[in-house]
Amino acid sequence: MTAHVRAGAGWREIPPGGLILAPGNSALYETGDWRTFRPVWYPDRCIHCLFCWAFCPDAAILVRDGKVTGVDYRYCKGCGICARECPDKARALEMTREVT
Amino acid sequence: MTSLKELAAAPQLLAPGHRMCAGCGAPIVIRQLLAVARAPVVVGCATGCLEVATSIYPYTSWRCSFIHSAFENVAATMSGVEAAYRSLRRRGRLPDAPDFRFVAVGGDGGTYDIGLQSLSGMLERGHRIVYVCYDNGAYMNTGIQRSSATPRGADTTTTPTGRASAGKSQPRKDLLAIVAAHNIPYAAQASPSHWRDLAVKAEKAFAADGPAFLNVLAPCPRGWRYDTAQTIELTRLAVETCFWPLLEVDHGVWRITYRPKEQRPLVDFLKVQGRFKHLFSDQNANVLEQLQREVDQAWQVIEARCAIPRVAAERNDML
Amino acid sequence: MGQRVALTGNEAVAIAMRQVNPDVVAAYPITPQTDIVQYFSSFVADGLLDTEFVTVESEHSAMSATIGAAAAGARAMTATSANGLALMWEVLYIAAGDRLPIVMTVVNRALAAPLNIHCDHSDAMGARDSGWVQLWSEDAQEAYDNLLQAIRIAEHPDVRLPVMVCLDGFIISHALLNLEVFTDDDARRFVGPPRGAGWSLLDAERPVTIGALDLYDFYFEHKRQQAEAMRAAVRVISDVAAEFAETSGRGYGLFNAYRLDGAETAIVVLGSAAGTARYVVDQLRAGAGSEGPRKVGLLKPRVFRPFPAREIARALSHLKAVAILDRADSFSAAGGPLFAEVRSALYSLAEAAPPAEAAPAATGSPSGGIASGRLPVAVNFIYGLGGRDLDPEHVTAVFDRLSEIARTGEPGQPVDYLGVRE
Repeated sequence: MTAHVRAGAGWREIPPGGLILAPGNSALYETGDWRTFRPVWYPDRCIHCLFCWAFCPDAAILVRDGKVTGVDYRYCKGCGICARECPDKARALEMTREVT
Repeated sequence: MTSLKELAAAPQLLAPGHRMCAGCGAPIVIRQLLAVARAPVVVGCATGCLEVATSIYPYTSWRCSFIHSAFENVAATMSGVEAAYRSLRRRGRLPDAPDFRFVAVGGDGGTYDIGLQSLSGMLERGHRIVYVCYDNGAYMNTGIQRSSATPRGADTTTTPTGRASAGKSQPRKDLLAIVAAHNIPYAAQASPSHWRDLAVKAEKAFAADGPAFLNVLAPCPRGWRYDTAQTIELTRLAVETCFWPLLEVDHGVWRITYRPKEQRPLVDFLKVQGRFKHLFSDQNANVLEQLQREVDQAWQVIEARCAIPRVAAERNDML
Repeated sequence: MGQRVALTGNEAVAIAMRQVNPDVVAAYPITPQTDIVQYFSSFVADGLLDTEFVTVESEHSAMSATIGAAAAGARAMTATSANGLALMWEVLYIAAGDRLPIVMTVVNRALAAPLNIHCDHSDAMGARDSGWVQLWSEDAQEAYDNLLQAIRIAEHPDVRLPVMVCLDGFIISHALLNLEVFTDDDARRFVGPPRGAGWSLLDAERPVTIGALDLYDFYFEHKRQQAEAMRAAVRVISDVAAEFAETSGRGYGLFNAYRLDGAETAIVVLGSAAGTARYVVDQLRAGAGSEGPRKVGLLKPRVFRPFPAREIARALSHLKAVAILDRADSFSAAGGPLFAEVRSALYSLAEAAPPAEAAPAATGSPSGGIASGRLPVAVNFIYGLGGRDLDPEHVTAVFDRLSEIARTGEPGQPVDYLGVRE
């Protein structure tokens, strides 16, 4: 990621006034290690309604061409909303204990 | 007609790696909202959970331009951004600039309370800005203190339950009515559970030729005290119990955009949340009754507003 | 060359603003700044300029909107006084911390309570730690000149700090002066097109985040940058003034030294009262009063932030005694704000080179001042609060006191009051 400021940078090195010039660089900060539960996605049960995508606070449901392709475990915090909201007729996401 | 497939194909302007709590309602609201924006956006955010958790230096979750200045002034700050855009455009200093949309975001703290003045100013002056309030019903970022959006009876750290208190003693403020009184082109109340309703409203807001306002319910697992997985479920219950009606005010005409087939009792919404647990004791039964009455009365008032004929809209056009 | 016109301070400021033709102005009226906003509104209404004028609903919003505009790459200006400045207090710090080149006129008025609409310096002094450059104007000419220079100072890449231009409420803002203004072309040429910092909220190709949360791992570094910018401002202010002199024929420095050469005592004073003090200096130098011609002088700071400590100390070093007049009491129980800064600056003389090398231009009496190994005795007078007039008699009394100090070496009361009824 361009223009990302490294930890420990001195005042001469960084842009003035707290300006951040690397849009979306929070993607470098992986929040996946927060979770104690993880969703497991079952592709053969998935009906690709995309509710999980719409209801994920962390953009951790990966979608391509209108179809779910998986969970981005780098960021998933294990809140369980996706599994909860997955329609009964699909039950394509189940929460399980995170393995460490 | 908007579909989730279309929304999922839009640029994702809120990157992952933000520090909001697991299950937080606010980023869900923002993600849904920004997926609808077709034009490039500039976002301003009042101090609060969303702002703090998405911009911890040197990280930013915003893939669009983003400005935070203070707690009570996002509407004023964005008024300046929008004015600059108009000015620079007119003076030919932005030849390649796209047709930006300006979004001002605030929590209920920064909107109902400390930010109400600057919101009112922005609305009255007619800036072309979409103001979005993510309403989690308290000052959550500072640790769950009451706001004027906190429901009656809720336990917060400044309205704690105790031997002499059953939680917040005042009802919520009707912000949508306050905003509607500014005679802006579009104002609405929405819920992330009803994503299509929210998407339609967001589109109208972005298309409005003037100020637009969206009040969106955004549960907080910490402050409301429920299991993180239930965030969307809770917003759905809020809608189905008529605690959080889905409404719009389009050029002064009120409309209910979603009618629950059957109004569920308010306790269905309350009993899921730890902040209302104390209301289920015998001595607080009267509070539960009062809360149900208030929801019913509020609905009556909404129905009455919806019944005001189109004359109201025509009068606005003449102004 | 310029055009001679009779203008009040507020008119002069409004005309300077018109000539600058900012992209955005967001302002809220407050006495005695109100005229500026009104004149500006009429310029816009008459189509003399197409500035986007945001009639905000409070001063806090005025500064907030100005910040938003500046962050969007616009040249943005505003103006206020007293409680309006106080209301925008937190946003002043934000403007400076975000390194936005905003220019604001402050028509100095006393802060409430009690409520008072008249001149004193408590408003701008209350903002002295906010990170804004502060230029102080003695009269409408200086206000006009300072405003044009302020734009160049603020936008300079080595500075990028907001600048406030101060002028005394009513005394200057509402009084007519015959002054010289640039032609519109000269003004436009001097001010130049807006000088950006290479980023803007409206740059769709390069989105930015401004106003982030700094934890303890970065805040200090950002503030250190700010401190450096303020230091650089000393040089930039002088450079801009030199360029300004080329077009206007009017020179400006960090301060104005009047008849300090050969003086034994002097007064330091900001703003319009310097005019009164100058008059008295001339009277006393010419021998008015019982003592015969007296060796008195005046130092009028123009730049209070950054505070040119070294330069002011050097200019005062040869004096036996100096009185610093404050039109604000910072209620430190130890004197006013200008006194604190000037006396602190003088203290560095004690740590400086041996007395003989201390003051290059000093030609004071060999038995006084730093040349004889003694710091000038510095005393403070609080005057003019809430619009109380400063008369020549008051100034004469100050010089009498300074003569006494020079004679006896005894400072007496360090802080005194001029013109208050006991």
